[in-house]
Amino acid sequence: MSTLNTRFTEITAPSARLAPDATRAAEERRPSVVGAVCTAQWREIARNRWVLAYAVVLVLLTEALFRMGGSGARALTSLLNLVLLLVPLVTSVFGVVYWHASREFTELLLAQPVPRRSLWWGLYLGLLVPLAGAFAVGITLPLLWHGALDAESLPLWSLYLTVGGALTAVFGAVALWIGVRYDDRLRGLGLMLGLWFLAAVAYDGFVIWMATAFSDWPLENPMLAAMAANPIDLARTALVLRLDSAALLGYTGAVLARSLGGATGLLVTGFGLAVWIALPVWLAVRAFQRKDF
Amino acid sequence: MMPDLASPTGLRHAGDRAAAPGAPARLAARGVRKSFGAVNVLADVELALAPGRITAVLGPNGSGKTTLNKILLGLVRPDAGRVELDGVDVTGTDAYRARLGYMPQSPRFPDNLSARDVLGLVRSLRPAAPVDLDASIEGFGLASYLDRPLGVCSGGQRQRVNAAVALLFGPDVLILDEPTAGLDPVASASLKDRIAAERRAGRAILITSHVLSELEDLTDDVVLLLDGRVHYTGTLTSLRDATGAHTLERGVAELLRRTITTGAPIGRAEGQA
Repeated sequence: MSTLNTRFTEITAPSARLAPDATRAAEERRPSVVGAVCTAQWREIARNRWVLAYAVVLVLLTEALFRMGGSGARALTSLLNLVLLLVPLVTSVFGVVYWHASREFTELLLAQPVPRRSLWWGLYLGLLVPLAGAFAVGITLPLLWHGALDAESLPLWSLYLTVGGALTAVFGAVALWIGVRYDDRLRGLGLMLGLWFLAAVAYDGFVIWMATAFSDWPLENPMLAAMAANPIDLARTALVLRLDSAALLGYTGAVLARSLGGATGLLVTGFGLAVWIALPVWLAVRAFQRKDF
Repeated sequence: MMPDLASPTGLRHAGDRAAAPGAPARLAARGVRKSFGAVNVLADVELALAPGRITAVLGPNGSGKTTLNKILLGLVRPDAGRVELDGVDVTGTDAYRARLGYMPQSPRFPDNLSARDVLGLVRSLRPAAPVDLDASIEGFGLASYLDRPLGVCSGGQRQRVNAAVALLFGPDVLILDEPTAGLDPVASASLKDRIAAERRAGRAILITSHVLSELEDLTDDVVLLLDGRVHYTGTLTSLRDATGAHTLERGVAELLRRTITTGAPIGRAEGQA
């Protein structure tokens, strides 16, 4: 007979099961809820074919940039816009689709004696870790087999991992929030894709139009506010400040670089991204706790 | 060989006790009301599940059975009313679910997880509960596909995992939504035997099913929901007496006919909580 690792305690009378001591012990061990759900999610998602495909595509794209561009630092520089478009898009689509696909299982977990908040964190981290892991593997493997993870490219590589992880965290939380709010999968997916398009594609066009239309006005502060209002702009600025490539900054990034300089700019963008993670997480947790399943 | 779900090794609990008809309700819904937007799904629903009794909640699609199940489980918040466990209001709390087992209708587990993963996860969510996973694996015949991804398991195999999860902790209350759906006749009969054994062990059991013939030999009490209202509460015997029908299926059909004709609830039989 197959066995599980757990050894089991003496079976007690059902009436004793909610004894204060047992309840207290369960309460004390509640942090394990997050770990248990996250681990199960990891097992599920890390073997998901779409997540594996995401990692493979990133490997192929980074490898292609290597072959075209040369050094590790140059390949990473070329990777910038790809990361800014692909990471939010994949996280958005996968997050919403996965939420709906695992809806019934989530209900089964909700029927266990666990707080909803802990369960949500388990689901969120279980989504975040495999996707961020796939991203890390995708951009790191080519660097490794080309022996390009040197002193020059290491800080930039670290920043890429941080920014990629942050964008996964932001859009993963937004995807779960949308998933919780909208029971209609297509509606949720459409809304999520719309948000991605707005943040990744349309936003800079809007900012440039604003800069052109109000060119007679001092626009530094509104431009900084505009950058802070878009996590992808923040991520781009954080990376480009490190790349020191003014041509890639875009309008809002150029304003930030001129106004704040490199180190302060990184701190500001880092804080901005942290807020952008915290906000959708808060909204999603709130919606999850109030939802009728 | 099919496992004998009715006599799983090691799944007898020290707290097993004889059926106790007429005992006070273990889990109850009191004056529960729920609407989704303009649609009233449940209206002043009273339901009591007694230890050692199986209550069949019946009704056509859209009658509110699933919503009632979910309110009892805390998945849906009632607009009014409360859920009580042993007379204590547990509405909006989560710890009471340590004494509940739930078997949803559609066992849609994550494709890449195995039965071992699922049982291990559920086990880790109830760290304080005593349980014998090995006995459960043997009792439900899961050993042969324990490490196989559930995405490639048959519907019947997944349904057995579903049943194992619900019964794993020997909960005081079982909520079973179409428990025999997807099972072959042998496995279905075996699961029904197991449910009957749980009744003998003193569990309070709620079953919903569309296949009324499946419930005939299991049901003690009948609750008929129609348009979110309880139209009949009573024992199976009193239902037969009231309708003159010999089977549950015909009795319910007769109740529905009378309800539709008169437009009023049929009533409540004697001796119900």
